[in-house]
Amino acid sequence: MRDLLAALTELRERLQEIPQADERRLQDLKTEILGRKAGTLTQILGRVPKLDPSSRKEVGAAANALKREFEAAFAARERELKRAAGSVTGLDLTMPGRAVWRGGLHLVTQVVNEICDIFRELGFTRAVGPEAETERYNFFALNFPKDHPALDAQDSFYLGDGLLLRTHTSPVQIRTLERYPPPIRVVIPGQVYRRDPFDASHSPVFEQIEGLAVDEGLSFVDFKATLATFARRFFTADTRVRFRPSFFPFTEPSAEMDVQCQICKGAGCATCKQTGWMEILGSGLVHPAVLENCGVSSERYSGFAWGMGPARIAMTRHGIADIRLLHESDVRFLAQFAGGVR
Amino acid sequence: MIVSRRWLEALLGRPLDARELAESLTMHAAAVDAVIPRHQDLGDVLIGRVLDVQKHPNADRLSLCRVDAGGAGGPVEVVCGAPNVQAGKTYPYAPVGATLPGGVKLERRKIRGVESNGMLCSAKELGLGEDHAGILELDTTAPPGSRFLDVVPVADHQIVIDVPANRPDLLCHKGVARELAAVLGGTVKLPPIPAPAGGTARAGGDAALGGPRGAPSRRGGGTATAAEPGVAAGRSRPAAATSGVVDGVEVRLEDPEGAPRYMIAVIRGVKVAPSPGWLSGRLTAIGQRSINNVVDATNYILFELNQPLHAFDLAKLNGPAVVVRRAKPGEKIVTLDGLTRTLTSDMTAICDAKRPTIVAGVMGSADSEVSPATTDLVLECAYFQPTRIRRTRRALELSSESSYRFERGIDMLGMPDALRRAIELIVAVAGGELREPPLDLWPEPQQEKTIFLRPERVAHLLGVPVEPAEIERRLTAVGFFLAPKDGRLAVQVPGWRPDVTREVDLIEEVARLKGYDAFPDELRPYRPGTVPDAPEELARARVREGLVRLGLLEARTIPLGPPDGPDSVTILNPLSAEEAHLRRRLLPGLVRRVEHNWANGNRDIRLFEVGTVFRKPAGSPVEEWTSVAAVLTGARQPPHWSQGAKLPDMDIWDLKHHFELAVELAAPGCNVEPATGGEVGWVAVQPGGDVVGQAGPLEADAPAWAVPLFGLEVRLALTGRSPVAYRPLPVQPAVEHDVALVLPAGVSVAQVAAVLQRAVGPLLERLEVFDEYRGAGIPAGHRSVAWHCTFRDPERTLREAEVKAALAQGLVALEDELGVRRREG
Repeated sequence: MRDLLAALTELRERLQEIPQADERRLQDLKTEILGRKAGTLTQILGRVPKLDPSSRKEVGAAANALKREFEAAFAARERELKRAAGSVTGLDLTMPGRAVWRGGLHLVTQVVNEICDIFRELGFTRAVGPEAETERYNFFALNFPKDHPALDAQDSFYLGDGLLLRTHTSPVQIRTLERYPPPIRVVIPGQVYRRDPFDASHSPVFEQIEGLAVDEGLSFVDFKATLATFARRFFTADTRVRFRPSFFPFTEPSAEMDVQCQICKGAGCATCKQTGWMEILGSGLVHPAVLENCGVSSERYSGFAWGMGPARIAMTRHGIADIRLLHESDVRFLAQFAGGVR
Repeated sequence: MIVSRRWLEALLGRPLDARELAESLTMHAAAVDAVIPRHQDLGDVLIGRVLDVQKHPNADRLSLCRVDAGGAGGPVEVVCGAPNVQAGKTYPYAPVGATLPGGVKLERRKIRGVESNGMLCSAKELGLGEDHAGILELDTTAPPGSRFLDVVPVADHQIVIDVPANRPDLLCHKGVARELAAVLGGTVKLPPIPAPAGGTARAGGDAALGGPRGAPSRRGGGTATAAEPGVAAGRSRPAAATSGVVDGVEVRLEDPEGAPRYMIAVIRGVKVAPSPGWLSGRLTAIGQRSINNVVDATNYILFELNQPLHAFDLAKLNGPAVVVRRAKPGEKIVTLDGLTRTLTSDMTAICDAKRPTIVAGVMGSADSEVSPATTDLVLECAYFQPTRIRRTRRALELSSESSYRFERGIDMLGMPDALRRAIELIVAVAGGELREPPLDLWPEPQQEKTIFLRPERVAHLLGVPVEPAEIERRLTAVGFFLAPKDGRLAVQVPGWRPDVTREVDLIEEVARLKGYDAFPDELRPYRPGTVPDAPEELARARVREGLVRLGLLEARTIPLGPPDGPDSVTILNPLSAEEAHLRRRLLPGLVRRVEHNWANGNRDIRLFEVGTVFRKPAGSPVEEWTSVAAVLTGARQPPHWSQGAKLPDMDIWDLKHHFELAVELAAPGCNVEPATGGEVGWVAVQPGGDVVGQAGPLEADAPAWAVPLFGLEVRLALTGRSPVAYRPLPVQPAVEHDVALVLPAGVSVAQVAAVLQRAVGPLLERLEVFDEYRGAGIPAGHRSVAWHCTFRDPERTLREAEVKAALAQGLVALEDELGVRRREG
């Protein structure tokens, strides 16, 4: 029994040879130690049943444990050798993977969604309206005077029968106020039309997002807070925002909101014409005449409204200098914003 | 609107920082688009006095000057090439190291062997004019070494203001100064008109600048001493009448609707000449051309007070008379720009006894214009009805500084003051005398509007308390007059604020003068709205998402294009003939985008669009709805090295799959069926039979290397999809069976499937075509289609024999009904 245990201890030393063994040596070692008939360990195990019961258990356990250790060591070395063999046979893992085409939303759609999602967090749902509008909805119900310069045929596309292609999404303010009772909180994405020939910064058609909130007691503070919160969520939490006076027939007071230029962070650059600010949206408190035109009491209710151009916001944010790229639909352009292969 | 910083300083009586004033205007009144420095680049230039002039030893045309430039080291030697340099005179001197306009830095250098320490400058070298024949002679008593800019007041800033349509009061320096006074503090006072030099106005260019050889002119500008008015302009006599005579000129107001208030002054004995430097300097500082003293004086008043004036030559008037009337249809006038204009009865004209002399509020005629020979002036100061002027301007396609202001509404109540100052100015710069007070025809005199303001309403709308004292202070600062009345404030609106018509307009005034930035911007609680999401938006989002998952890229094409059928909607005033119609389908626009891609060498193109289309059926109104379309061409998958150089391109079967998915997304419940009429393609059919979509190969202007193009388009339905009902997953095993069938010509796979499904019954869980074959072993005109059939009973395990029996049943039906038999062998 002593000699068997000593033999096992001696045999254990051989484990160390395995990690260095090449394929051939590994086979030899396997045969030498675990060979079905003449294997050193096999023979030891063969002698175990003949031992007297007192030592049989001890030697048997030690021999079996060593056998498992050898088996594990051989298997590990075999895997290692196999893996090494693989790279030798030419599997280049830096070769490109197999792709499928990836689609993507248009950049403007992505920005529209981003903007509407932020306003959804602030309680605004999505509303829509027609693109072929009546003059009443597009102008007069919005408190444009009958001879306002915006009514000039040179600024709008007319379709006849008192219809024109809407010049802004604001007519949907009227449609919403006519259809739903306050409180109203909506954002209105959609295409609008201006009679501007295409150039790097003008397009006869572009996307706009309108917003409208009407309820009892809404004030200039609610207005500022909502839009400033939007800006800080859309850009960065520390983005500076400013509001300054402006004029729109359908808001009073009217304001324009600028955000700190995202390119130069306010230091002044070519994009912001050295002002440090980027104009983002036109806005204001809903003009009482607009509420009255929709049969909503301007004494009881107040609210705020705004309009912004997601295409322009996208262009400044992504460094796109020419608006025509947004409509040309070159797949190389589209794929850049789809994050896919082309 | 361009204003001059120096001009504003003269009105406010205090220096202004250009940046600060621009910021104040932007944040409280109207956005400043630009601040343009003028002549700020002359900071290095000094005043130099030439002590003596000697000939240059080595050059006949050069002289050697000793110049006192105030330096501690005494006079310096300067080489000068100007013929007009004279000892004892004063010139701009640029020392060594100075940077001149254009960025040139002056260095010490030798000229023909003599070292020159700087240079004496011409007007052109300083950017002050075109004259470079000689150096610029200055008339100043300032000590040598003074900064040129401190002595000659040419340094200025142009402030470019984006004045909104409702703020005509900001179209003049006084109005802008008023806003600045309210924000920055101070009061606005019209600067005194400089006394005429030597009784008559002298020729001159910019302030304080003589010509290189010309006579020196006086220093002027806003720093000049106060002057008494040349003559007492006299009070005008407001008259409810519509006619009158002033100094022998008969004035008749026959169109009081077009000209509610009309004033005329006659000034006799003027001498038309170039303006004094201070006056032309004011105008050139804001980019206006100086014309002559009379015209410049009227323009000065325009830009100072926003009152357009028109001076015309009394000698050229027939009558002499001034008649304000509607123009006669077809009446002609040659305007100042030399063009013949035809008037209509919608326009107001100022006429003499014979002919129109002015298109009211827009432009005067060439033949009544003030000329160097003019001695007696008729000076018009009017209020013209804004809408009338706008229509006239549009009809004649002719606009002017005057029409721009009349269109926006000038201050009807401020006219007498403006006219008085204009007369004073003309007399000061051009001489002459006013023998009778001006005539003031005002048939329906108006007063300042009064608006009631509730202080609590200010707090309600602005969301923060605002003390009544603050309200009063803010409004008073810009010219409103407040008096408490019945717990409210009665607010008198000054005549220059036609935009203020209701309480809320005053609340805006308080807010903007306080500063929008002064209001807090923390979110306050709000009530959720009553408006649900628009179903259109939900449907569009669903379709976009689905098509993106299919690997398509979203395009946004322009909805304007060529006509596309008789019910295309026509744009009455298109930008071009190619964009004169609204699209009635998305596909033509997408095909143009594919062609654009091909032109850029892009081969694999998969685009979709979700957009509005328009139609106008004969006799019906314009209809619009959302359409969904896609175009496909090129490789089915991105190339991969493992599959060799070329992968299969998309074909009609890729199209069919895309179409089926698009229909499922955009028009749930519709069936995709083969197109009829022998065309390759499919249509989407509503249960009622209406076709709402189609798909097929497309024609396009394709380069030789392009591969076939396919397209699909479906009308977007607004109905949401009903929720998917769960079907229990099968627990019983399936039995699979492959069968090849021979289909005679004219029998479709869909027919075979329908018959099989019906004949076999619910045990047939799934039928899948996996091969199609024509050729050897199959009768001509026939084809073999191989199917993979899956049978399953949800309740129990099927036996092979049952499946065989069921299939056999199906095969019998197929043979009976369609002549389809099992393929032998």
